[in-house]
Amino acid sequence: MLKELSELNAVSSREEAVREYIRNRIKGKVDKFETDNLGNLLAVTGENKKGPKVMLSAHMDEVGLMVVGIDNSGLLKIKPMGGIDERVLLSKRVVIGPNKIPGVIGAKPIHLQEREEREKPVKIPSLFVDIGAKDKNDAEKDVNIGDLAAFDIKAGEFGDRMFKGKALDDRVGCAILLNLIENTYDFPVYYAFTVQEEVGLRGATVAAFRINPDLALGFEGTSAGDVPASKKHKQSTRIGKGPAISFMDRSVIVNQALVERLIEVARESGIAYQFRESITGGTEAGAINQSRAGITAGILSVPCRYIHSPVSVLNLDDYENTIKLADAFLKSIERKGLPV
Amino acid sequence: MKELIRKLTTISSPSGREEQIRNIIREEIKNYCDEVKEDTLGNLIAIKRGGETKIQFAAHMDEIGMIVTDIDEKGFLRFGNVGGVSPHRLFGQRARFQKGTIGVFGAEKIDNIKDLTLDKLYLDIGASSEKEAKEKVSIGDIATYYHEFSDLGDRVIAKSLDNRIGCAVLIEAMKRATNPQNDLFCTFTVQEEVGLRGARTSAFGIEPDLGIAIDVTSTGDTPECERMAVKLGQGAAIKIKDRSLITHPQVRDLLTTLSEKNSIPHQFEVLPFGGTDSGAIHLTRAGVPAGVISIPCRYVHSPSEMIDLKDVEAAVRLAVAVMENKVEL
Repeated sequence: MLKELSELNAVSSREEAVREYIRNRIKGKVDKFETDNLGNLLAVTGENKKGPKVMLSAHMDEVGLMVVGIDNSGLLKIKPMGGIDERVLLSKRVVIGPNKIPGVIGAKPIHLQEREEREKPVKIPSLFVDIGAKDKNDAEKDVNIGDLAAFDIKAGEFGDRMFKGKALDDRVGCAILLNLIENTYDFPVYYAFTVQEEVGLRGATVAAFRINPDLALGFEGTSAGDVPASKKHKQSTRIGKGPAISFMDRSVIVNQALVERLIEVARESGIAYQFRESITGGTEAGAINQSRAGITAGILSVPCRYIHSPVSVLNLDDYENTIKLADAFLKSIERKGLPV
Repeated sequence: MKELIRKLTTISSPSGREEQIRNIIREEIKNYCDEVKEDTLGNLIAIKRGGETKIQFAAHMDEIGMIVTDIDEKGFLRFGNVGGVSPHRLFGQRARFQKGTIGVFGAEKIDNIKDLTLDKLYLDIGASSEKEAKEKVSIGDIATYYHEFSDLGDRVIAKSLDNRIGCAVLIEAMKRATNPQNDLFCTFTVQEEVGLRGARTSAFGIEPDLGIAIDVTSTGDTPECERMAVKLGQGAAIKIKDRSLITHPQVRDLLTTLSEKNSIPHQFEVLPFGGTDSGAIHLTRAGVPAGVISIPCRYVHSPSEMIDLKDVEAAVRLAVAVMENKVEL
């Protein structure tokens, strides 16, 4: 499932492929589902049960590129959609638009670059996508301005329980929700597969307003910095050390009782966990927390190396343990109610 | 009043961890209102009934802080900022955690002080091992500045006058306003320093007709500082504009007229940076007319902020005037 999700393309605002895939997976397993005005797919189980309304969210969209111009030569000018590390773009393969027109990201060849240019990474304004068109007219047959380009990468398991693929932020969150949706809990659970997280938490903002839950938990692929030359206190999370519990990021300070409940259930269930030892980045919990008169919201993440690049890496044990921890957390609500 | 300010500034209550200051404020105000509520995010809302118009007063009770992100094998802590914290202001200062642990900020070796960034600083709590440090603090704990209150006569120096002084003004105004002419929702908000978060959600819940924040503002009266008209000791500042808000003209006129009528010393404030709770309140639902009563404050976001009690008294009187004047918008 993670492989299938990773290989679908859903750059922010064009999430149809992932939404369609998820819709087919949840049909018959939920009380009802709907697509809202922004394109969020919202599903509910146990709608008529008593007890608190709990919202689980994961975003369907991924970072990518938008075609913003077509040069007379037929090469495409691009802008980033969401936060992309532009140093990793050069020479990567992409597919553009619903017809998946293949292209490669190019730049001025090295022997034509000035010395200074060679010493710095190529910035997005100097990059273009080459779709093999012979001129502007030729390119316009396949591509329109505004089309979105996603990275073209096959996903799959490798090494010892490791998994590589694009868009693990946040297809891993979608996959976690699709696992949890198979379970039943004795309170209503709202599953929100959201849009446009990478451009500003937009889908979650309206989804939370509509659902108006008593508590929300978001699921993310988060940055793991456990690579050589990275100091321990700057690593944020580490692959293979379990689900990462957030206490704060740029968008939210997580209610302490919620953090403590997550730690408590992890300990009780014997699930190794780690903290997300960083306060950078924003998450859907921020948008949900600020909805209406305020909603308690937290974040559980699967550590991913090389996030926001054409290929990222996660550990499958971390992925499975995040599902287990989320399930244990939801069962704790059955036993003891909400932490807040 | 001084004693109240001293009491409020001695508490450590960073954004997201406001329970200690909330408890103190609840005790102060519970006999001066009809009802006290606490909402999901932790805003303390005291309701004092008196009329048709619903006025939300907002004074944020959080302060900036430093959140622990890593504990190393020798017991040193690394941290991130909670709100606007400058590395140059931290270096050499002390911090205190809510459970009482105290530490000092040290820096890695750097050749030029200009290169000092937060991630080159660490907090030393006197632990000699990771184990010892973890007995005292956990990852995710938030420390605040640790500095004493100094009484200079008309003026005082303390940490977190941003915005305990706003809280003190609102508490005192609630006590003095014995004849309210409007429904007053006196809100002590959370998480202002990280983005006006408590004000945003509390205003949605309250649905006020008018919003008035009470907060500090910077001054332009110190040597070679940025030009700004506000001066310490010249009265309550009526905000015209900051980065989050252009004060609604009717609200500006209301505050100005009440100041003039009651001979309350006042000045106008145009702040080229920063935002206040009213920025979030005025954009709530379909929009709320909003303004700010500011207390001039020097050295904002440092461990030693300074205010003048004459300005505090003026701000209290202006807040009481709004409370006891039947407001029609």
